[in-house]
Amino acid sequence: MNECRETLFRFCGNRLRYILKGQVSDYVNYMRRLNVQKTENMAADMRLPTFRKQVSLSPSLSALDGKDLVVPGDVITSDTGFMRGHGTYMDEEKLTASVAGEVERVNKLICVRPLKTRFNGEVGDVVVGRITEVQQKRWKVETNSRLDSVLLLSSVNLPGGELRRRSAEDELTMRDYLQEGDLISAEVQSVFSDGALSLHTRSLKYGKLGQGVLVQLSPSLIKRQKTHFHNLPCGASIILGNNGFVWLYPAPGQQDEEAGGYYTSLEPVSLSDREVISRLRNCLLALGAHKVLLYDTSVLYCYESSLPHQIKDILKPEVMEEIVMVTRQKLVEQEG
Amino acid sequence: MENVLCLNRSTGDTSVACCMGSLRTDDLRVDGRGCEDYRHMEIETEMVSNTDGSAKVTLGHTDVLVGVKAEIGKPRPMVPDEGYLEFFVDCSANATPEFEGRGGDELGMELSNTLYKVFNNRYSVDLKSLSISPGEHCWVLYVDVLLLQCDGNLFDAISVAIKAALFNTKIPKVHISEDEEGGKEIELSDDPYDCMRLNVENVPCIVTLCKVGHRHVVDATLQEKACSVASLIISVTHKGTVTCVRKVGGGSLDPESIFEMTETGKRVGKALHAPLMELLQEEESLGKKRQKVGFLDTTLIVAVSHCP
Repeated sequence: MNECRETLFRFCGNRLRYILKGQVSDYVNYMRRLNVQKTENMAADMRLPTFRKQVSLSPSLSALDGKDLVVPGDVITSDTGFMRGHGTYMDEEKLTASVAGEVERVNKLICVRPLKTRFNGEVGDVVVGRITEVQQKRWKVETNSRLDSVLLLSSVNLPGGELRRRSAEDELTMRDYLQEGDLISAEVQSVFSDGALSLHTRSLKYGKLGQGVLVQLSPSLIKRQKTHFHNLPCGASIILGNNGFVWLYPAPGQQDEEAGGYYTSLEPVSLSDREVISRLRNCLLALGAHKVLLYDTSVLYCYESSLPHQIKDILKPEVMEEIVMVTRQKLVEQEG
Repeated sequence: MENVLCLNRSTGDTSVACCMGSLRTDDLRVDGRGCEDYRHMEIETEMVSNTDGSAKVTLGHTDVLVGVKAEIGKPRPMVPDEGYLEFFVDCSANATPEFEGRGGDELGMELSNTLYKVFNNRYSVDLKSLSISPGEHCWVLYVDVLLLQCDGNLFDAISVAIKAALFNTKIPKVHISEDEEGGKEIELSDDPYDCMRLNVENVPCIVTLCKVGHRHVVDATLQEKACSVASLIISVTHKGTVTCVRKVGGGSLDPESIFEMTETGKRVGKALHAPLMELLQEEESLGKKRQKVGFLDTTLIVAVSHCP
């Protein structure tokens, strides 16, 4: 009888043992004992707020010289000989800025390029977007721009070869490929006259995105580079979309199929990979909060300088400042 | 596989699967926190000058402002020797565009009703100390909550802010004098520092536990909230006493998981009070030397002049 009970205990664990014996109060006490052990480890981090200064290396190194920054309402010039471009308006014959940003002068044209803006796409930009609607022969994609972008059915790779004609059946089974809420990586094919973007996923590296983490930042922080797909040496891969959406995912390994296509693997991701991705996500948020230009080198330096800290501590203001300071120094050293 | 079943199409898809997979086996959330860790919290009191007590709490990206005003009113007929609290939650359109117009009313009503339930007991606030003359006059504390920014976990932030605001509340002392006809006259003392403070030791803090996959998490962000189907709201005092338990969300909870969540909630809630009271005492002791930060976020302004 005792042996039987022991076996039952070993297989079913403490919980069932107590319930079988009919001693619910003992179970409650057992749970309470478990709970007491955990109390020491956690404490909510509460503090009084303080003024946070933006991190900058030194006044001489900051790129203020030569840059003309304006805020809305600032008079740019009173000279009437200039043509006014985007971001400006005429206020009693004085050219005034309507957005906060940098003044650009091209011969006689003056325009203001804003620092924080919606994504203005150009042909060839890599974007990460989310499907919002499935319409006839096209999908509507949200890419942080003024209008939803369009992904035509004819601009995606369907199984069965690229030159296959799109039939009526393809139209009816659009939802099998991409549904509302799916994330995709795509390239801008063209820009419509109203400013909406037309996307395409006609390469193996674009397509539906599998397991990973999306970080939403401002589009002006992403540096334009040759390639936006990077396999970071720390063990994760990153897609820096020009529209400010950054996708972090575990490195693909030795697969033949790339990140594109429509097969999403739902296999559990290992803990070490997940830790790397969480750390990268926090680093990206830290860099975004301090307005550092994002490209693979800056992200990598930030990751390295964040290693001495715990992942959840990276989002604390003072740790963020420290990490961004070290990253900026490394970047300056690398350039110099 | 619960990953597939719980995929939330409107916000999450596979990022949801990633976040739930890590919870199932290990204690790792998307931002690196454990299941019972809170985000970075900042608390400041005495920010609104025309209230008797105020507090602002920033929990991650959630911003909550609470103002307490004390007015003289008639006590409730059932309890003539006690004052009472009135709660009102205003979801400002600043928080999200969904709160524009009447969009935030429903959420505001739900939050207010929960607060009434949480404080609906004799021990949270000493209501007898709010009485001026039994049956005729008493102090009514109007607690107004303003949501400035929403990033999940509103209940916790609101409860911490209410506790801080009540700690900060200074109710003027009154003297009742009889005049010639026998009517009572109430005189407020002229000295602005002659006031009564409330004992907020027993004021409970609310802990929200969201069920994500097989585990439950404390202090869920909006993203994690989208992955969960049901949450449990528990209000806990510093001794571990539970004053109110509510279940929100459309999904169902197993009775066993409710028990586990209650135990976790009690533990986490109990641990919230000590650092909060310490911080409030520290802030009080700084007195005039305290640098008031207020609503100004300097990083926003400095960003314009330091473009990369």
